[in-house]
Amino acid sequence: MAHVLIDPPAASPLPPTPRHSLLRTLLRDRLALLGVVLVVALVLVAILAPWLAPYPGEGRGTANVDAADLAPSAAHPFGTDELGRDMLSRILMGTRPALLISISVVAVAALIGVPLGAIAGYRGGWIDEALMRVTEVFQSFPPLLLAMVVVALLGPDLKNAALALAVSWWPWYARLVRGEARSLRERPFVAAAEAIGVPSRTILHRHIIKNSMTPVLVQATVDVGTVVLAAGSLAFIGLGAQPPAPDWGLMVAEGRSQLFTSWWVSTFAGLAIFVTVLAFNLLGDSLRDILDPRKAER
Amino acid sequence: MTKFIAKRVFASAVVMLTITVLTFLMARVVPSNPAVIYAGPKASPETLDRIQSELGLDKPLLVQFFDYLGGLLHGDFGDSLATKQSVLPDLLERLPATLELIATAMTIATVLGVALGVLAARRRSGALDGSIRFLCIGGISMPAFWLGLILQVIFVGKLGVLPATGQFSTEITYSNPLETITHFALLDCVLTGNWVALQDGLEHLVLPAVTLAAYPLGLIARMTRASMLESLDQDYALTARAYGLSPRSIVWRLTLKNALSAPLTIIGLSVAYMLTGTFFVEVVFNWPGLGQYATQAMLAVDYPVIMAITLLGAAGYLLTNFAVDLLQAKLDPRTRS
Repeated sequence: MAHVLIDPPAASPLPPTPRHSLLRTLLRDRLALLGVVLVVALVLVAILAPWLAPYPGEGRGTANVDAADLAPSAAHPFGTDELGRDMLSRILMGTRPALLISISVVAVAALIGVPLGAIAGYRGGWIDEALMRVTEVFQSFPPLLLAMVVVALLGPDLKNAALALAVSWWPWYARLVRGEARSLRERPFVAAAEAIGVPSRTILHRHIIKNSMTPVLVQATVDVGTVVLAAGSLAFIGLGAQPPAPDWGLMVAEGRSQLFTSWWVSTFAGLAIFVTVLAFNLLGDSLRDILDPRKAER
Repeated sequence: MTKFIAKRVFASAVVMLTITVLTFLMARVVPSNPAVIYAGPKASPETLDRIQSELGLDKPLLVQFFDYLGGLLHGDFGDSLATKQSVLPDLLERLPATLELIATAMTIATVLGVALGVLAARRRSGALDGSIRFLCIGGISMPAFWLGLILQVIFVGKLGVLPATGQFSTEITYSNPLETITHFALLDCVLTGNWVALQDGLEHLVLPAVTLAAYPLGLIARMTRASMLESLDQDYALTARAYGLSPRSIVWRLTLKNALSAPLTIIGLSVAYMLTGTFFVEVVFNWPGLGQYATQAMLAVDYPVIMAITLLGAAGYLLTNFAVDLLQAKLDPRTRS
């Protein structure tokens, strides 16, 4: 530890001017720009849906059987479903629950995974061993299968689906942060903090967790999209949101019985899922390029 | 190497046992009563009591668990609550259809994915590279169940060139009935020279396989591109270029082999994805495989089937990762520690 005194308790390992390079990357990379625009648009739609939707009541699920199965037209740009509900309104009203569920699942997964991973990686020893064995069990099957089994056993509804997804997602964050924590532990600024007697709780918080936030942020961005996809998949097979909820996956399933006559119901509802997942994937990708140039794709 | 394998086998056994305990506990603490599911909603309390003792639900939890574990060791997963039949034969009957679907999708994804990845890497930062990148992110973002429906609307509804659902047309069972040898339907067609059925089967396979391949295709292409670019920058590739080797032979003869170790991990991941991806694809295409069977069981809270599927899924996942690690250790001696 002799070199500690020579090596100054160095600066944070984050790149210096993220704002400058953010702008530059966005202007250079059209796909990144597309991601940002789409995500901003989605958030705006989620907030403003009740005012944007032409028929907010139908969007929430009120039937209007006189207007059933209408093809896309000026009055109903995305057509209407079997119960005469305006698909555009249904899809717009579905944005808020989709994003809320997904962000909560990712937040819960990160809130459990990040501290556990940081403690395991920084402390090492039996805590680390125990946590790694637990995450191994979780990671020994596909997260979506785990979620499906939990929902099937607890009973199909949106709350259980969200719970099941959070349960199957946290180990990935724990492992991610543990890896970061293990490499940060060896850095001179952590050794310096230890040498001058900073309590380990403070080191964990100020040095380990704060400096592992970059990959967590990138992962969380991509995961918001992935969870929208997972929740939609669960709803599609009947293990998620239940009718008449304005859920995109559920709408795709509802349109399936008249797929060849009223193709628009499934098509536009699924398109909403696709665009959302795409938006967060693009944003996550460009965040990785900006925040973590070492791992950037060339 | 032997030590490495032994360690992994032991670790996998521990994981499988833990999963067995967890699924067992989960199936027991859930609010739904298996006896009610078995007997149907109109059963009298006496019938329920009888069924409860028939299923062994009145025994202590620990005894029930060891009964279940003992059954597992003999390949007995219990009886399905819905069909009242033993679970294992039902699973084995549906396994080949799923394996055929996954194998086809995996082949499409690997061949196209590696080709697109190499192509993108050779045209770095060009228009083609950009389009391939967009295609990859698109493939990764595509909900499989939706892609399947869209393909049905286009190729079945609008163009009418491909069949929508199932593994074979109903007519085939009368005109050119299948003989069963291996239980792998297409392989049996080839072995028995049943070309009419083979063509029909392939037509039914195209859409589900393409649907299932979309996600891994994106992953594999992206990974191949990134790792190709890395190997192309290595000294030996530059040296070969300086000696006058053509870019084409550098790519195909030198760097591709070295660049493939990273996509190998992704191929493992893709197989893992397909284990669940196939559930949705099978539902959309009414494919007579495991995924459809599992989905029905989940909706019916048929817990012996759900538990069997969980164990089988975990085993498949562990096995895939194990195979990938072994292959990687062979390709790249540095990972053997």
